[in-house]
Amino acid sequence: MIPSLRSFAALVAGQAISVFARFMTAPRAIWQGIAPEPRQRVYFANHSSNGDFVLLWTVLPAPLRRQTRPVAALDYWLTSPLRTFIGRDVFNAVLIDRRPEARSTDPVAQMAEALDQGASLILFPEGQRNASAAVLLPFKSGLYHLAKARPEVDLVPVWIANLNKVMPKGEIIPVPLICTLTFGAALHLSPDETKDAFLARTSAALLAIGQPQP
Amino acid sequence: MTSPHLLWLLAGVAGILILASIVGEVLRQRLSPDGGNPVIENLNARITAWWGMVILLAIAFLAGETGVVLLFALCSFAALREFLTLTHHNRADHWSLVACFFLVLPLQYYFVLIDWYGMYAVFVPVYVFLLLPVLSALRGSTKDFLVRVSETQWALMVCVYCVSHVPALLYLQIPGFEGRNVMLIAYLIFVVQLSDVMQYVWGKLVGRTKIAPTLSPSKTWEGFIGGALTAIAVGTSLWWMTPFSIMQAAGMCVILTLMGFFGGLVMSAIKRDRGVKDWGHLIAGHGGFIDRLDSVIFAAPIFFHVTRYYWSLT
Repeated sequence: MIPSLRSFAALVAGQAISVFARFMTAPRAIWQGIAPEPRQRVYFANHSSNGDFVLLWTVLPAPLRRQTRPVAALDYWLTSPLRTFIGRDVFNAVLIDRRPEARSTDPVAQMAEALDQGASLILFPEGQRNASAAVLLPFKSGLYHLAKARPEVDLVPVWIANLNKVMPKGEIIPVPLICTLTFGAALHLSPDETKDAFLARTSAALLAIGQPQP
Repeated sequence: MTSPHLLWLLAGVAGILILASIVGEVLRQRLSPDGGNPVIENLNARITAWWGMVILLAIAFLAGETGVVLLFALCSFAALREFLTLTHHNRADHWSLVACFFLVLPLQYYFVLIDWYGMYAVFVPVYVFLLLPVLSALRGSTKDFLVRVSETQWALMVCVYCVSHVPALLYLQIPGFEGRNVMLIAYLIFVVQLSDVMQYVWGKLVGRTKIAPTLSPSKTWEGFIGGALTAIAVGTSLWWMTPFSIMQAAGMCVILTLMGFFGGLVMSAIKRDRGVKDWGHLIAGHGGFIDRLDSVIFAAPIFFHVTRYYWSLT
């Protein structure tokens, strides 16, 4: 496919996926801790479905959406031509390799490079889809290393509610329930904060905005 | 499907909305110049949303029977989504929920579209009532089983079955009223919504005594009586657009405003139980589809059956 045609197809596909996501889940963004301003941010969210980043991407206002790239697993998104098209062309994902033994580049360096190019990121610090009974899985250390590498960037917790009911793992047809995405206040790494303390604090912040408001 | 009466009614509604828009703008300039008064801002958001709803409804009326059925099927879809978002269900209900949206809802409206009264009158309360719990039971989860299947059935009755009685009015056969059935829908919606709006207006102006403080802080006796009487008076004065005589129209308006009020009350009770203020967020200023449809949901089936029993040949 010639490049311009491919990027046009990606644009159309992106809109179509976004419209479909809106139709299926009528997503509602609640900007609780921050305003939807065009600032560079790392949105980190709970991960229960493959639709998570699509939904987060969809509820961002268009100017923010254009500069926001999801961080996704290369070992999932480069396994078929269709996935490659969606992952690489449509969503312009930062594709990282989850397998330490197979990778040639450091995921944190890749994310930092994307930030340096001006992009915002969507990150799922649990590292995998949460199919367990736990509300949130323990965070992987990627978020900490990224915060250490680029301490000035806003880290914004986003709680995605209900998407696991729309499309539970293993089901084929989604149920069109309403999904809510709550954006919390931005966090930063404190100068002398340890890795464990930082991961506990960010994880607690994400859990806190997931609780129903009184 | 246009009739001169429909155009008159739409013109009247447009007149009311123009007046409301002017009043809203004047109030905004006087009381909320910097957008700081939430009541005025909400009022203006509501008026803007009303324009959208009336224009959509008018387009559907002009598009004919299929257009009206399709519009209410879409309303049902949005309402069902709002309702089922708040009910109890677990993974074992996945297929029954999928069936609600993609099987029960389209079938119910299809039966309305082909005018199969014997089917659409019993489809949800009999067939779906008996068969849908089987889907959940087969998956084996018994936790909260009765709660889960009951709430799902309620969601379907409220959001699909009741709402589908609005377009079903198109297919009644009333001697001397042929080709004008769309007026029944316009009349039903106009009287019920006028009652809602006037209850809101009277309540804001002179409301003192709360009817059910635990259910809804905005429902007052003054608002209810003022709003219902206004709607009954205006509705009765439009009797010449309907198949009813003056006294019959007055009686119908009493039924419509009462059922509409009950609908608002019951749906509020469900919201309070689930700890939400609005059913959804898609209609700016109003909340969700059910927030706007609650009164129509309760009024439509009764209006349909009374009209059918006393006036229709079918």
